[in-house]
Amino acid sequence: MRERSIVQGFDNNLGARNRKGVIWHIVFQTSTVVGILALIALMLNVINSAFGYVAYEAKVDPDSLAVDGTSLENQSKEQLVALLQSTLSSGAYNKLNNEEPFESRSREEVYQLVVERIVRPQVVEVWNLWPSLTQADNIRVTVAQDHPEAELDFISWLTYDFVSRPQTSEPFTAGVRTAILGSLWTIMFTILLAFPIGVGAAIYLEEYASDNWLNRIIQTNINNLAGVPSIVYGILGLAIFVRTLEPFTSGKIFGVENITSENGRTVLAAGLTLGLLVLPIIIINAREAIRAVPRSLRNASYGVGATKWQTVWSHVLPNALPGILTGTILAASRAIGETAPLVVVGASTAISFDPSSPFSKFTTLPIQIYQWTSRPQDEFRSLAAAAILVLLVLLLSLNASAVLLRNRFSRRF
Amino acid sequence: MAELTLKDTKKKASTFNLRRKPRLGETIIQGLLFFSGFFSIFVTLGIVYELGKEALLFFQMPEVNLLATLTTTEWKPHIGKFGIWPLLNSTLMTTLIAMAIAIPLGMSVAVYLSEYASPGVRDTLKPILEVLAGIPTIVYGYFALTFMTPILREIFGRDVVQIYNTGSAGLVMGILILPLITSMTEDSLSAVPRSLREAAYGMGATKLEVALQIVVPAALSGIAAAVIVGISRAIGETMIVAVAAGAGPNFTFSPFVGAETITGHIVRISGGDLSYDSIDYNSIFALGLFLFFITLVLNIISQAIVRRFREVYE
Repeated sequence: MRERSIVQGFDNNLGARNRKGVIWHIVFQTSTVVGILALIALMLNVINSAFGYVAYEAKVDPDSLAVDGTSLENQSKEQLVALLQSTLSSGAYNKLNNEEPFESRSREEVYQLVVERIVRPQVVEVWNLWPSLTQADNIRVTVAQDHPEAELDFISWLTYDFVSRPQTSEPFTAGVRTAILGSLWTIMFTILLAFPIGVGAAIYLEEYASDNWLNRIIQTNINNLAGVPSIVYGILGLAIFVRTLEPFTSGKIFGVENITSENGRTVLAAGLTLGLLVLPIIIINAREAIRAVPRSLRNASYGVGATKWQTVWSHVLPNALPGILTGTILAASRAIGETAPLVVVGASTAISFDPSSPFSKFTTLPIQIYQWTSRPQDEFRSLAAAAILVLLVLLLSLNASAVLLRNRFSRRF
Repeated sequence: MAELTLKDTKKKASTFNLRRKPRLGETIIQGLLFFSGFFSIFVTLGIVYELGKEALLFFQMPEVNLLATLTTTEWKPHIGKFGIWPLLNSTLMTTLIAMAIAIPLGMSVAVYLSEYASPGVRDTLKPILEVLAGIPTIVYGYFALTFMTPILREIFGRDVVQIYNTGSAGLVMGILILPLITSMTEDSLSAVPRSLREAAYGMGATKLEVALQIVVPAALSGIAAAVIVGISRAIGETMIVAVAAGAGPNFTFSPFVGAETITGHIVRISGGDLSYDSIDYNSIFALGLFLFFITLVLNIISQAIVRRFREVYE
């Protein structure tokens, strides 16, 4: 009451103001929760599709392929090869044999072939994890009614086999080994291009460049390049690496004769394109790391008579290296996740062999996800979900190593 | 020895001036470093030259007419119609939807993190946002198609909402841009000095009043820059729209039907084996150049805002 008399004639309206404060506090908090929920929904959505019941019908009943009471799964490699030879047309058999002779294939691979070419399981229907857990009985009844021939299995689309198998067009035998290797090859060339040039540019801008118009333009330009949409880099890569530098990216000037990669749409072209894309990121991160090295270190080095480059090489770079590497790993994880520029550069849609040289055709993990997602059938959505999990694990481990690196080696001056 | 005058030492020093000593290695290295720094200029020139060259070829083709491209509303390459509006319209629509999500949410999260959250909460939330920002866009595309679209179809009806629609692409794009806006806004909010807040508290302001009437206005240049960068990111975003927004240009204002954006069109056209010097090939360069200039202008504006209106505190 006393306070009120002091501020008489002045309505501080505290009740309403505090109410407003509480309401907005709730609004801000809710927004934050919404953001976190979005992340959780995204993860759960992927996990939901990556596991669940699947009903499938085999074209040929595996039981009918049993020989002398030995079921298909337990037959030896020779028996399986004989089975292939007797069932497939001789043309198809010879084609398989020419791709890789049966003698050098493992039993596991031959068994895969038998499943793929003879048993040929066809997906009838796919259920996500949530309905598989909550309505398992319903699903069993539905399948028994609608598809009496079909087998119903609860499967995880993400398995060790999924990671280690090459790509095929059959959902049950498809894997992402080709795509993972493609991603790794691509990243290698990305780093080979972007790391030296990016770090060089950062050293130049931090240590050598004076404040003149040219260097200001370079700096502004780098900031602008960081904001250019990735697809524009894809178009640039198509024009320069795939078309203009075709003899280089297809390996012709190195004497590589390979019909499949003749058009320059190779791992090398893709890697260089992504190299241009991540270059500004590497430069910006490396500059920050170099700037964090204190002046006194450089002065001490000059004081004992070192030249500029000796100072940079022996004192600035070693101290900035953890920061530079962290930035490079972050840039690499950005490059691994990029899809759009690689579609434009010309990632192949369906290749089943691993990339073996810089001049191989390629597909990468995100491209594979894109392809599977674009297909209307549910089983490919599930494959895409499994591939997304692989991609996220890959990125997460990269980012974790960046954080570890930063914490382990970062020095405070 | 005693006769050695100051003049002599100076003379001697000048003959042994290490500073002037030619060092070939150092010069070469400096040249290489300069080349690395200059390399980014080549990239920009390469973009402008290569895209400009092919775009020019595109506009020289008999079917194409710059005026018609800018004014008509049909993009049908197979019958020689190249009006950019269906593509541009859906790009603007997805961007608008994305920003309608990302700006209010992103700002709120940023204000919460910078003004309300305790250090412990902030330290857990910021990495989560970084994770969100680090997820590849194709994963968001998958999310839009398999999560957002079914939800929209449940809410608005299956016959209203098509499987591919700009609405779900825009919404998910908003989630994608949220961490970008949040982190840029949060940075500029935390750069506002403590003393300003303390002064406002001293005058009897509530926490909300300090946040919205003192801190936010002081950080406005940074916030504006964040919004513009967000818009530029949304315009250039590709995989979400390529997966979820639908194939085929469509001039429509409904967010529930499929329509191809500029970026989505480029991806679909170049997905097949594109033959050089075809009209499709040249058209993606024209579209790419257009995208490049839009985003370039937006980025330059955002940098100018930061430079021009930044409040510098001691």
